[in-house]
Amino acid sequence: MEKLNLSSSPHIRGKKTVSGIMLDVIVALIPAAAASVIIFGYRAALVICICISTAILSEFFFQKITKSKILVNDLSACVTGLLLALNLPVSIPLWQAALGSLFAVVVVKGMFGGIGKNFANPAITARIMMLIAFTGTMTAYVTPFTDTLTSSATPLAILGSDTSALPPLKDMLLGIRAGSMGETCAVALIIGGVYLIFRGVISYVTPVSYIGTVFILSLIYGGGEFALYQVLSGGLLLGAFFMATDYATTPTRPLGKLIFGLGCGIITAAIRFYGSNPEGVSYAILLMNIITPYIDKWTRPTPIGGSKK
Amino acid sequence: MAFLRMPGIKVPHRKHTAAMAPIRIPAPEEVCIPLSMHIGAPAVPTVKINDKVKVGQVIAQAGNGLSVPVHASVSGTVKRFEEMNTASNKTVTAVVIQSDGLMELSEDIAVPDVTDLESFVDAVKQAGIVGLGGAAFPTWVKLNIKDASKVEEIVLNGAECEPYITSDTRTFFDRGDELVYGVETLIKYYSPKKVIIAIENNKQEAIKTARKLFAGNDKVFVQVLPSVYPQGGEKVLIYSATKKIVPEGKLPIDVGVIAINVTTVAAIARYLKTGQPLTEKCVTVDGSAVKEPKNLIVPIGTRIRDVIENAGGYKCDPAKIIMGGPMMGHTMPDENHPVMKGTNAIIALDGRDGAVPEETPCINCGSCIQRCPLRLDPPGFGKAYEMKNPEELEKLKVNLCMECGVCAYVCPAKRHLVQRNRLAKNMLREYKAKEGKNGKA
Repeated sequence: MEKLNLSSSPHIRGKKTVSGIMLDVIVALIPAAAASVIIFGYRAALVICICISTAILSEFFFQKITKSKILVNDLSACVTGLLLALNLPVSIPLWQAALGSLFAVVVVKGMFGGIGKNFANPAITARIMMLIAFTGTMTAYVTPFTDTLTSSATPLAILGSDTSALPPLKDMLLGIRAGSMGETCAVALIIGGVYLIFRGVISYVTPVSYIGTVFILSLIYGGGEFALYQVLSGGLLLGAFFMATDYATTPTRPLGKLIFGLGCGIITAAIRFYGSNPEGVSYAILLMNIITPYIDKWTRPTPIGGSKK
Repeated sequence: MAFLRMPGIKVPHRKHTAAMAPIRIPAPEEVCIPLSMHIGAPAVPTVKINDKVKVGQVIAQAGNGLSVPVHASVSGTVKRFEEMNTASNKTVTAVVIQSDGLMELSEDIAVPDVTDLESFVDAVKQAGIVGLGGAAFPTWVKLNIKDASKVEEIVLNGAECEPYITSDTRTFFDRGDELVYGVETLIKYYSPKKVIIAIENNKQEAIKTARKLFAGNDKVFVQVLPSVYPQGGEKVLIYSATKKIVPEGKLPIDVGVIAINVTTVAAIARYLKTGQPLTEKCVTVDGSAVKEPKNLIVPIGTRIRDVIENAGGYKCDPAKIIMGGPMMGHTMPDENHPVMKGTNAIIALDGRDGAVPEETPCINCGSCIQRCPLRLDPPGFGKAYEMKNPEELEKLKVNLCMECGVCAYVCPAKRHLVQRNRLAKNMLREYKAKEGKNGKA
């Protein structure tokens, strides 16, 4: 008889794997990615490819250089690259997109210990870094269905000034508006988000509390139509479904997720209504990322039967 | 009481052997009977090498306190005393008996004289009975309740939530008379308000059988529980059946409950009716490397090798042999380990099922935290353990972990969470012991 395997129980394991979860996220992002190519043209596909390949390569080489275990197969770098791409304007210079992707994977994720150990969302932090470093190109938005890179104001910027120039709600739902590549098509994002909830990859609590908070605050601030535009504008749907639900950087328990969503909603609304930036989703999520360890600590329940002392 | 959920998980059932009546195997050539097959002090041997023994004869007396006697399970000659490592990695002495193949019953076997609670508890002790669901806690200690009026409910554990295992289910089918007698005896000495027979809903035949067995008894209720692992864990079962929570550091009796495994009750009944102590065990033999999965009744002390042989041997080279179920059982380094009192299954897995998954970093998905039946924090244990921080472990209540395996089962990163929980529990135990010595506690 061959040598028998010795191991701690349990000796059967569930079917879920890390790469399976990441694959689900990629599948859920396909509608938004496809929409970005349809709306903004082939260049969107190019940006996506650059971001994903840079993310994967930089993760591989970072793990090689630091002599850590090669974990590129878990597909998490692919998710980071794809998410970052969808957060960029289609006109972004390719070298900037690549640099952002490298920053996300190496600085924000790898240097903090790799998958699961980073405290801030890599794609979001990279986007903020790029907003500061490349303000011009990062805010140069493109009118949908045009080949020329003509700058166009996003609905959020318009909401802050002359509301008569707003695109119709139908266009907001379909994503025919200026904005980052992957954030505009609400229908595609909702399909992806519902898929992730249905697959049990994310909990409905975070997106519902986040989007709900923004909607209610906007309703109070500017009425029904304003609130609808607020929900469909900017990166709210992309952020609420795909970034505020990141495992490593957001709370683990339902109550924590509720607090996280509420906090994100309040910060987003505050920045949008009162800040000098038209958009606040990235900052809101990053700020809430920072207090996530505390939320996790506050929401830790008493074990069943555990004495309180 | 706050709203509580006992989340748990769905595990594959794989109860292939539920319909197979157990077969009593012929006496093996030799048996190896450990003197500590229970939690507590080892039994003290009363036989010498070359002594002739018969089935049911005491070969070791109960040690002090938490202990039970041990009986010969075959007739034959005491060959030697052997030091061995048990499944739970304790070094114990075992008595090796060479069988004469006759299975002659000992003359000492006599129906015990049970007249009151005290003599009943003593009989359970003399029968050498321990918790047969796997925990192997001396049953007489559990039943040794000075004030029987404290007992409100007796919960019979027939949940059998581990995959593969059907030996408790078989008790309903094959030992119905003993089960009824055992329950009636318990009612007689403890007069509980009710007796709850808890069975998971994936065992419809067992539920039907139990209902038929106790049709005439208005104190006995068959309660159907969802088949959610770990439904048969003592605290989980008590909560599911009575909605009572056993607090940390307390026993079920502190909330008025006795929880006892169905096969244990049948074993008590057998001793009361016939005087036969616990010398054999129904064991489910299954797994992808076993040629003919079946239930076998084997003398306690039968080595794995002999048990598997009676199930047709191996289909292919086994990669892993497990004593107990796949969720909580222990892996064996070889086939020498004997069946003990608490053994209810031997599972042999092929290369695919028996592979040990490679561990990857925690992605903080929270699956373990959301599924832990006791709402514990396995990643928190791991971090505190790696930081060598027993104070944090105490705060996180690692001591409550029952090692059910749910956290590791659901982990997508295939982390060895139970292993780390065990190490963390040990660290806390050592820290407490040291603290106690320094007089700080």
